[in-house]
Amino acid sequence: MEEPSATEPQESHRDDDAVIVTRALTKRYRGGQLAVDGLDLTVPAGSVFGFLGPNGSGKTTTIRMLMGLIEPTSGTARVLGRPMPRATRAVLPQVGALIEGPALYGFLSGRDNLVRYDSADPTADPRTRRARVAAALDRVGLTAAAGKKARAYSLGMKQRLGLAAALLQPRRLLVLDEPTNGLDPQGMREIRSLVRELASDGTTVFLSSHLLDEIEQVCTHAAVMAQGRLITQGAVAELAAGTRGRLVVTTPDTADAARVLKEQGVADMVVTEDRVTGEVPEGDRELADLNAALVGAGVRVRGFGVERASLEDAFMALTGEGFDVAG
Amino acid sequence: MSRAETSAPKGSEERREEPREQPHRTEQPHRTVSRRATFRGTLFGSELLTTFRRWRTLALLAVLAAVPILVGTAVKIETGDGSSADPAGGGPAFISQISNNGLFLVFTGLAATLPFFLPMAIGVIAGDAIAGESSAGTLRYLLVAPAGRTRLLLTKYATTLTFCLVATLVVAISALTAGAFLFPLGDLTTISGTKISFTEGLGRALLIALVVAASLIGVAALGLFISTLTSSGIAAMATTVGLLITIQILDQIPQLHALQPYFFSHYWLSFADLMREPVYWDELVKNLGLQALYAAVFGSAAWARFTTKDIPA
Repeated sequence: MEEPSATEPQESHRDDDAVIVTRALTKRYRGGQLAVDGLDLTVPAGSVFGFLGPNGSGKTTTIRMLMGLIEPTSGTARVLGRPMPRATRAVLPQVGALIEGPALYGFLSGRDNLVRYDSADPTADPRTRRARVAAALDRVGLTAAAGKKARAYSLGMKQRLGLAAALLQPRRLLVLDEPTNGLDPQGMREIRSLVRELASDGTTVFLSSHLLDEIEQVCTHAAVMAQGRLITQGAVAELAAGTRGRLVVTTPDTADAARVLKEQGVADMVVTEDRVTGEVPEGDRELADLNAALVGAGVRVRGFGVERASLEDAFMALTGEGFDVAG
Repeated sequence: MSRAETSAPKGSEERREEPREQPHRTEQPHRTVSRRATFRGTLFGSELLTTFRRWRTLALLAVLAAVPILVGTAVKIETGDGSSADPAGGGPAFISQISNNGLFLVFTGLAATLPFFLPMAIGVIAGDAIAGESSAGTLRYLLVAPAGRTRLLLTKYATTLTFCLVATLVVAISALTAGAFLFPLGDLTTISGTKISFTEGLGRALLIALVVAASLIGVAALGLFISTLTSSGIAAMATTVGLLITIQILDQIPQLHALQPYFFSHYWLSFADLMREPVYWDELVKNLGLQALYAAVFGSAAWARFTTKDIPA
């Protein structure tokens, strides 16, 4: 590892570190629908990895392949360095997962649901089960409701119980598919701080979401999927930096402002009620000159500035479409 | 209902002797408490608890327990005036002898439930085993735990077989209790006309219950296989029960006699041969062989299907 191979030094180093590596991973469902198309994903160890994409973009299919629930049509997936789905027995005890929302036995109490899932794991020690179940319940704030039948749980409580099941053992990797679904803002905040806490213990967290700000708030790395393809992946800071910010002018004279800005070479202009936004012109053009030109043309400028690029802008720039468009 | 509940742990106690699903036993197996804890901790223990804590399971057992009570009561009312039940009137095997000896209610109860009620209950439990978990979504969490597909399937089959035994014993115990309550008990006459003591009769009754439970092995395997084909618990249960009824009807059509020896229900009523003196083993052995064949064929099919299946959402 100290002496990476000469041909692809960076690539091999990243793969050694990586917790999840897929190469040309493809899933075509029986109907012929291509759900995941040649996915090359690399999730570095210790990262909080945001897996982003609109509903129907192939995130959950990818996760199901990573967890050995479905067989890839072609390509390979390695989790914790072992091939999936072949090494499920060795890999999965070290992985906690929340996939497509929680699934519970409604006629069992919350506690008994966890006992049931824990006894399905052959590596889980039955002698420490009670203590581990209690600790997991405590961690997600469900101790008070542990004796209640799961069918009486609210969606948010079910989500928490699903998370507790993923935390029954110390894990090297947590795969959380839309973990804040159905939670109120307070619950979302708690889950985010839980994710940060787990990550600081060294657990790699693979978090899928269709909520951009959620990814932006907790993730160190992200990948963006749309229509079964990987559009980009990398550190969150780099992804956002890859997109230029947008120029925003607030003025009552929008028509004049748009005309002047166009003359100054600002492209992709969008005019709303009292705002004109556009791409920041390339090159080292001084923005103050643009402002001077506007003022010189008699435009009443009330606000002038560049909005920081967000992941959403990055996504729009990459896909050329709005985020809520389903694949 | 209370009888159903008390007999459930009885079945699980018996299974404890077979540690086929105990990958992690504790180091001190001689201590009963820890052994019980370990048993509960296994996937099989958890599976049994989960199955027998469902209202549906308890309701099925309650229905099964009610059948011999109803038969016994009907016979009691019929023979209340001192006459014996009309032997020419038909009805399940041994029904004419119940009023003389309550033990015969066990045989009648089993003969009355074996063609439909018992296999229907097995069909529900077996059909729901995989498909029910799949439609509830719990299957994917069991598999990422990871339960292991082969291990989970074996556990499901072992649980279904345990239910076969428990269900049969529920019928037998309910019948014995009702028989003792409603009718006199004593020495009994076999089909061959010889007399055997009450104790030996009890032994035969237990043996018959075990044979009846074993007769359900085929349906259990068939139901489990169907359960791996779909992700709807209801569909799997309905298909299994529908298939059961179809087979029973086909078994009555004389033109199909060449096929009938391969129907899982064909030799079911051979258990009555245990009441002959000496016991007539021919069809009993054929029945058990056929059940083993069904278990092998549909067990392998279920395994082949389940271990390669994409687990749907």
